[in-house]
This record gives sequence, C-alpha cells and structure tokens, in this order.
Amino acid sequence: MSAQTQPRRLGSHLFLGFLVIYFLLPLWFLVVASTKDAHGLFNGSGGALWFDKHFSLFTNLRELFSYDDGIYLTWIRNSVLYAFTAGVGATVLAVLAGYAFAKFDFPGRRLSFSMLLGAVMVPATVLVIPTFVLLAKVDLTNTPWAVILPSLLNPFGVYLMCVYITESVPDELLDAARVDGAGELRIFLSVAVPLMRPAIVTVLLLSVVGIWNNYFLPLAVLSDSSKFPVTVGLGLWQGLANNNNGGGTSLYSLILVGSLVSIIPLVICFLSLQKYWRGGLSLGSLK
Amino acid sequence: MTQLVIRQRRTASAATRGPGRRRSTRTERGRGAVGWAFLAPFATVFVVFLVAPLAYAFYLSLYTKGLATGERFGGLDNYVRVFKDPSFWSGVWFVVRFTAILVPVQMAVSLMAALVLDSLTSRFSRFSRLVIFVPYAIPAVIGALMWGFLYSPSFGPLNGIFHAFGAHAPFLLDRSNLFYGLTNVVTWQWAGYYMIIIYAALQGIDPAIYEAARMDGATNRQIALRIKVPMVFSALTLILVFAVIGTLQFFTEPQVLRPISNGGISADITPNVYAFNTAFSYGQVNYASAIAFALGIVVFLGVYIFLFATRKRGGLLR
Repeated sequence: MSAQTQPRRLGSHLFLGFLVIYFLLPLWFLVVASTKDAHGLFNGSGGALWFDKHFSLFTNLRELFSYDDGIYLTWIRNSVLYAFTAGVGATVLAVLAGYAFAKFDFPGRRLSFSMLLGAVMVPATVLVIPTFVLLAKVDLTNTPWAVILPSLLNPFGVYLMCVYITESVPDELLDAARVDGAGELRIFLSVAVPLMRPAIVTVLLLSVVGIWNNYFLPLAVLSDSSKFPVTVGLGLWQGLANNNNGGGTSLYSLILVGSLVSIIPLVICFLSLQKYWRGGLSLGSLK
Repeated sequence: MTQLVIRQRRTASAATRGPGRRRSTRTERGRGAVGWAFLAPFATVFVVFLVAPLAYAFYLSLYTKGLATGERFGGLDNYVRVFKDPSFWSGVWFVVRFTAILVPVQMAVSLMAALVLDSLTSRFSRFSRLVIFVPYAIPAVIGALMWGFLYSPSFGPLNGIFHAFGAHAPFLLDRSNLFYGLTNVVTWQWAGYYMIIIYAALQGIDPAIYEAARMDGATNRQIALRIKVPMVFSALTLILVFAVIGTLQFFTEPQVLRPISNGGISADITPNVYAFNTAFSYGQVNYASAIAFALGIVVFLGVYIFLFATRKRGGLLR
C-alpha cells in the first residue's frame, strides 16, 4: 500500500510546488521590485527577480507617502472609508433580507427570491452607466456616496445568508422564543444572529473585498483624484507613467511600492480570519 | 405511485399544520408583515440601484442623440445599430472565444489543485492552499499591473529567461499573444477562489464512502474521478456560473493593460470596454446603454438557460 501511495504523494507535492511558485511569482516580483530605484528597475544588477545592490525600499516608501502632497494616503483612506461603510451596510442588509427569505412566508416571497437569483447574474457593468447618469441627475457623482450607495447592493450575500440561515437556525428555536413572548426583533437579535456568526463574517469579508477591489464603479462615478480609492489611483499613475508624465519622478517605483503597501492589509485580513470564511465560502454550493 | 406518495405527504403535512393554522391566521399574517419589514431595507436598495438603473438604461437606449437633431426617440434604432456594429461583434466574438478557453483552464487548475490538496494533510499542503488563495484578496487592478510589469520587455524577467536560451522573448500583450497573456492573468487571480469552493465541498464528503470504494478495489484515481468529482458537482456548477459571468463582464484587466499593450488591446476589445469608452470617452451615453443592455440580455439568457439545463443535477435553481 505505502509503496503505491508514496510516489503519488511525491507527484502531488511536486504539482503543489509548481502551483506555489506560479502563484507567488508576481508577489515575489512585487516585493523585490519595491526595493529598487528607477535605475535598478531597468538595469538592476540582479535581474528582474532578485534584489539590486542598492536597497531603496525606504526611499521609495518616503517618496510614495509624500508624492503629490501625500495623495497616496488619501487614496488608502478613501478605500478604507468606502470598503468599510459600504461593506458593513451591505452585510447588515444581507443579514436582514436573508433572514426574511429563510424564516418568513410573506406575500411575494417566491417572486422576490427569483428576482434575487436573477440579480446575481446581472452584469455589474450594465448597471454602472445608467447609475452614473442617475447619480449625476441628483448631483451625487464625484462624492463618496456615489461609490458607497450602489455598493450596498449585494444579492449574492443575501443568497448566502438565506442558505446558511435555512440550514443552521432551527424554526423550533424561534417558535420557542415566540411562545416565551419575545418580540420579533428581540428574537432576531438575541437568538438568530448569534447562530449566523460564521456566515456574517464571510459575507462581510466578501463585501469588503469586493468593494475594496472594485475598479469600474469608482472609475466611472469619480472624477476628482482626491476622492479616488487606491485601485483607481494606481491606475491613474499607470496611465501617467506610460505617457512619461510623472514630472521628473519615476512613477514606476511608486506604482510598485504603492501596490505592495495596498495589498498588505487585505492579505493579512484574509489569512487571520481564515477559520471563519473557509466554511462560509462553500455555502452557495451546499446540497 | 409517486403521485400517491406525494398526496399522502400533502395530507400528512396538512394534518399536522391544519389545526394550528386556523388558530394563527392573524399571527401568520402579522408575521408576513414582519418578513417584509426585514426585507424592506434591502428591497429599497434593490429597487433604487438595480431595478431603476436597468429601467433607465433601457429608456436611454431607446433615444438617439445627434449633433444637429438633439435627443430624440429612436425606438430600437440603437439596437439595430449595435447589432450591425462590427466593434460590438468583434468584442462578443473575443469574449466568447476567451470564455471557451479560459473557463476550462480555470476549472481544470482549480479542480486539480483542490483534489490534490484534499488528498494531502501535510504542512506544505496547508501552506500551498493559502498561497493559491492569496491572489483573490488582491485587487484585479493590481494583479493586472503586476503581470503587466512581468510581461514588460524593458524590466520584466521574460527577456532574461529567454535570452539565457538564446531566444527572443514574446511580448504577451501584442495582438498575437494577447490571448495567452490575459488568460494567465485571470487564471492567476481567480483559480484560488474556485479552488477553495471545491475544496470545502470535498471536505464535506463522508470519508466512509472512500473506505467502501477502496474495499471494492477502487484506485485513488477512480475514487477522485468517479466519487469526488460527481459529489462536488453543485460546487462545480456554481463556479462555472461565476467564471462565465466574470468572463463575459471582462473589463478591469484589458482596461488597465491597454496603455502598455502598444495597441495590442483595442478600445473595443470586449463589449464592456467598448461600452465604457463609448460612454465616457466619446460621450455617447445612449448608444453605450444599448451596448450594455444588449450584453446584459445575452449574459442573462445564457446563464438562465445554463442553470435550467443543469438544475436536475443540483445547480443553483432547485
């Protein structure tokens, strides 16, 4: 038996090793490139995948935070603001709506639920252009609201919550609380919500990441660069760098070190919360 | 026979529910109102930011805007124009080809990774699982930027590697290699997420089933292909839908990589990029709405037909 499984294990580990190298390669490149100055990037002594003899990570960081009056920090602040307010808002809405779908039989439930499933499949892009025009009519474009309000919509989060609540919040428990005379809001807050915790963390994490990573919506509705989230900001620098418009600064090193700094918080978030979301991500595929 | 069983079940449930129901008609109606109260905040956002924009996009798409004539009602004129527009069709054709290649690649990578990770319990496999997943936490813009740098002939590593073998490095974003370049970026970004979904489904299978199969003389490969894959079919359906929707909406990567592709990526490479540029670079909001709406209809119909076809095997709609 072991003679048969041993070479397979080796093969499996080799396969994994290959995948690890592939998935880490761009990140390794990013880390290495962040420590180089402009000269090192183009004509470094160690090639593209190894460090240059000049270690200029700290120079790059100082440059990053001071370039254009520290606009990078503004972008990070904007990203945090948009992702957390809209992420928390979207999660609250999803929890409430998922609870309604899972535990109440109200008129129009079936129709609303099939509309919800349909909404999961509507391409976000189809919504962005009319949303932009509508927001412009009420003078909300180029304000934080233009990003936050449309991001509150998370049909997939509602679907996940509904699936999870159906499976893990027993009707009997809610009925028992009703018999004891608890009000619906009280039952929801003190009986149902504690049972939903893993799903809530998952939906919150997915919403925050989705909004943090969003590019299309903020690109369309914001025009003032001091309102940009970090994704759109880095995209802006990329465009400037290609037109040699950096005003004497090498924007390439700033883009690289800026990308590195901006991905660290989310990666840490994901890795430290993994015991919550790992179960949660498979929710949609439960039998 | 089955009808009989169903009828029996119905009467049984009616019997259990019957008396309680008559007593609690009022509380049940009250509870329906509570249900709506819980749903109301989401429903409001749903109407304002999904139904209204969709309706408005449709309304916009029915008007045409000319320099001399101003805005006037054109009925389906814009749609006729969309369906005659070679840019729209080249975009659709690109997206369809891209879906046909990318989705199987992504599914294969994530399924193989999940099966291998499921069969191992070493520390290295736990580490690999995290590493493979990490790109999901990285914004698509930054993923695209990083790969753009890696592809770059001036400071990417490809030149060095190819020079070592005495060859000339291909630029993965020019017209002929674009396909591979973009497939690679998207696979890198999303395969880990799909892998986690499949992996979680695999972990939910009762290991006793493998024991039974092994007793019957099944090899590891047979267990993987004949037991594990069919048992995670609904997870595979889910990620297939995600992958197809994601690919049809393809926008961020081509938009970010366009400036550095030296013309390899055109402004109409996908219908999304085309609609965006039509609206925001050329100011033709009405026509852009028609493009986006036409795309939306295609995606929606495609996905619904697909889900309907797979519903018997445990997809999203049951």
